[in-house]
Amino acid sequence: MRRQKKGKIDMINKKGRFGRHGGQFIPETLMNAVIELEKAYDHYKDDPEFNKELNDLLANYAGRPSLLYYADKLTKTLGGAKIYLKREDLNHTGSHKINNVLGQALLAKKMGKTRLIAETGAGQHGVATATAAALLGMECVVFMGEEDTKRQALNVYRMRLLGATVIPVTSGTATLKDAVSEAMREWTSRIDDTHYCLGSVMGPHPFPTIVRDFQAVISKEAREQILELEGRLPDAVVACVGGGSNAIGSFYNFINDEEVRLVGCEAAGRGIDTFETAATINTGSLGIFHGMKSYFCQDDYGQIAPVYSISAGLDYPGVGPEHAYLHDIGRAEYVPVTDDEAVEAFEFLSRTEGIIPAIESAHAVAYAMKLAVELGKDKIIIVTISGRGDKDCAAIARYRGENIYE
Amino acid sequence: MQLSHVTEGRIYMSNIAKAFAGGKAFIPFITCGDPDLETTGKLVREMAANGADLIELGIPFSDPTAEGPVIQGANIRALSGGITTDKIFEFVEELRKDVTVPMVFMTYANVVFSYNAERFISTCQRIGIDGLILPDLPFEEKNEFLPVCRKYGVDLISLIAPTSADRIAMIAKEADGFIYIVSSLGVTGVRSKITTDISKLVSVIRENTDIPCAVGFGISTPEQAKEMSQYADGVIVGSAIVKQIAEYGKDSPATVGSYVKKMKDAIRS
Repeated sequence: MRRQKKGKIDMINKKGRFGRHGGQFIPETLMNAVIELEKAYDHYKDDPEFNKELNDLLANYAGRPSLLYYADKLTKTLGGAKIYLKREDLNHTGSHKINNVLGQALLAKKMGKTRLIAETGAGQHGVATATAAALLGMECVVFMGEEDTKRQALNVYRMRLLGATVIPVTSGTATLKDAVSEAMREWTSRIDDTHYCLGSVMGPHPFPTIVRDFQAVISKEAREQILELEGRLPDAVVACVGGGSNAIGSFYNFINDEEVRLVGCEAAGRGIDTFETAATINTGSLGIFHGMKSYFCQDDYGQIAPVYSISAGLDYPGVGPEHAYLHDIGRAEYVPVTDDEAVEAFEFLSRTEGIIPAIESAHAVAYAMKLAVELGKDKIIIVTISGRGDKDCAAIARYRGENIYE
Repeated sequence: MQLSHVTEGRIYMSNIAKAFAGGKAFIPFITCGDPDLETTGKLVREMAANGADLIELGIPFSDPTAEGPVIQGANIRALSGGITTDKIFEFVEELRKDVTVPMVFMTYANVVFSYNAERFISTCQRIGIDGLILPDLPFEEKNEFLPVCRKYGVDLISLIAPTSADRIAMIAKEADGFIYIVSSLGVTGVRSKITTDISKLVSVIRENTDIPCAVGFGISTPEQAKEMSQYADGVIVGSAIVKQIAEYGKDSPATVGSYVKKMKDAIRS
């Protein structure tokens, strides 16, 4: 079902562009800040000392490499392709977000910044940023949609416990998109000592590249691990996509392996034929927002649509520009997964493997379960479990009509 | 100051240049459709009658990332009243039948992009919009719209910020219409004090271009306007006016009119 290349793809290799996507659509006030960041990143990414420090943190603090776990019981229960789980949920702080945050926080520190600001949806990125700030002795302010502070109250407490200030954002739909807008506004007012630790492969250049590079460790490890375990590459890599950081991290080192299908699972919410969806590539159109040209859920006049998903981390009306590009050229496919399907997968993986995935990751599990049956027995699928699901238990219980108190 | 361009062999003064031709320019901003287009029309007339030299009309955007709470509020009020780009175009076309004050649109890149840039900008020309301010379109991305703007003679306004530093010359050299100097860090909104050395920014701009400069962001009092007008060719005021519209709604035109007069008087001397 791989999409065929349609027409001529704009391959202009302009800086910070992925085909026609990407760019730097931000206020002039921020331009020197992103230029300074780009220069620092270009310098440090190949700096042996920087990489030594980062790798030390990844290994000894975050707990990398993460396991590539063969889900034997899940595989046998479904009776299809072999399913491997890339266990980003086992990282310190419980998700893939720490990979990027440690990299960016270390970079910010080298740049002389003393303060980190971040947006967060589910709270995973906020918790990771608060953690890195605590470790590296930096001040931390996290912007979180007010709606999400309610859905993810435990993560709000975790961030505060780690010494961060959490600012509930009430503008707009009071979710992830508004948290990003507010973090951008904050950055324009305080640049000298502050680094905006963006949590996904989105926003203006160089963020989509920096975050992708720091997350690429997922597929670097997974590729080595599967070759070690199976002696061959997987047939498919499946990951959930909001902004798309764990997905790009999971895909990146497989992009040149054309026989490996790359599948991004978007949050369809109540379905892509309803307005209550966050499946950007499936329902959106080309636009310019949050610093980048990419696909967005929007109306005919370019007003950004209020999106919906049960998952606060996927509840975002845009998608990273590199995903938009991989979609354009047909290298990756993007499929919608509904709330219902995700919740069922959340419960199913918990029962069959004793692994409670984040509701975000459960979107990838849900599709992988279908794909495993479709592909059949001699095939191999890697599914990225981007985070652990403890944070979601209360919300899923409520979804099932059970009122539990944390 | 360069007030004329040679286009197609003719020398003419652009509308934006005219706005700066009679001394220091006062440039108010309002959001179209806040609280409704009828009031917007009255506001434009009141402001023009009371000395506004150029009017910035905001086309609301759902997620205005460069705005503080006051103008965010105006965007929400306008959009929830059902305002669309097409309705604003119709409104301006009607207004232009008798309103001659130069006008520019202030909106976000996606509003122009999603409408189709060529269609949007050619419509601007047709209905008499003289320029376009897009706060999320920096120098590096201006080619997204600049060729079309130049094709239709709609000035794409460049912004210069307190952080622009070594970028000022590059931006100023290629600027059209006027230069919008962002007075302060952060988003739009009233500030008690402007700490940026505006005269220094202006002197760097002056080394690189003759087009006029106007200062905006944070200005609300006649004293601030007077001070800023000593350094620049014009003063832009948004949030202080939008606040009055938020408070008085349909009854705001008279209040806003007398405020504009007070501000214009302060910079006139």
